[in-house]
Amino acid sequence: MTCTEFLALLDDLIDDTVTPAMRAQLQEHLRGCEHCEVTLSTTRKTIQIYRSHEIYDMPAGLRERLHAAIMARCKKGC
Amino acid sequence: MSTIQPITDELEPHPDVALVERVRAGDVSAYDELVRKYDRQLFRIAQHITQNREDAEDVMQDAFLKAYEKIDQFQGNSKFYTWLVRIAVNESLMRLRKRRTGRMVSIDEDIETEEGSVPRDLADWAPDPEQNYTQSELAEILRKTIQGLPPGFRTVFALRDVEGLSTEETAETLGLSIPAVKSRLLRARLQLRERLSRYFRKNKGSRELGVEN
Ligand SMILES: [Zn+2]
Repeated sequence: MTCTEFLALLDDLIDDTVTPAMRAQLQEHLRGCEHCEVTLSTTRKTIQIYRSHEIYDMPAGLRERLHAAIMARCKKGC
Repeated sequence: MSTIQPITDELEPHPDVALVERVRAGDVSAYDELVRKYDRQLFRIAQHITQNREDAEDVMQDAFLKAYEKIDQFQGNSKFYTWLVRIAVNESLMRLRKRRTGRMVSIDEDIETEEGSVPRDLADWAPDPEQNYTQSELAEILRKTIQGLPPGFRTVFALRDVEGLSTEETAETLGLSIPAVKSRLLRARLQLRERLSRYFRKNKGSRELGVEN
């Protein structure tokens, strides 16, 4: 397996949608390839960081204001 | 016209189904519940796509109002949430188009990059790289980084990886094929990783390498 082939399957490996046979092949490649090992671990970390840090949270005041505006218009039948 | 598709027997009806039914029967308080349940997600998605706070506020309001008006068109065979997200994504893309007049913005944009030749920063990251930054510095890094992605990529990433929609739901929401979603997701993840490497690598300043294969 080449690095390009590995990369093409990276998402399936991360999302755990590979067959056991494919997983074995991917792991075999990882044992001999530090580049792909780093790519895998840092891509996982990328996803985890975006998932666990709320970068676009709505401040409470804004939330209440928008909510009130929406409901006022819905009550009027939009 | 309201057509309610029967829900398959083996599936528990989603709790939103009952709320939607109440809204259809004229119960505005049921809609209040739905708004509270999903407003944060819609706001996040709108921010991810538009990259503009005011636009995100407008998108969120407009999406909820549109969904309320069209609630009779909602078909019970998809989740209310994915239906709502679809409306919000379309509204967001519309706003983005308005801001970048003269430039077409669609979910299909910017995919013509060279297949397979992803440059790779091969430096490993520090063990807990985010701990080298304060919360606000980190948020700034994450925002700046995702901002640089083409809209089609960051939309797929936001839906799949941040909001946790399945590949199928993301495809349905965006009107894309499953392979198209997968290919955008892979590029989005790799590009974000690449850009974050600048901040998170173990030895800042070490050289960048490409990989040939
Ligand atoms: Zn490799």
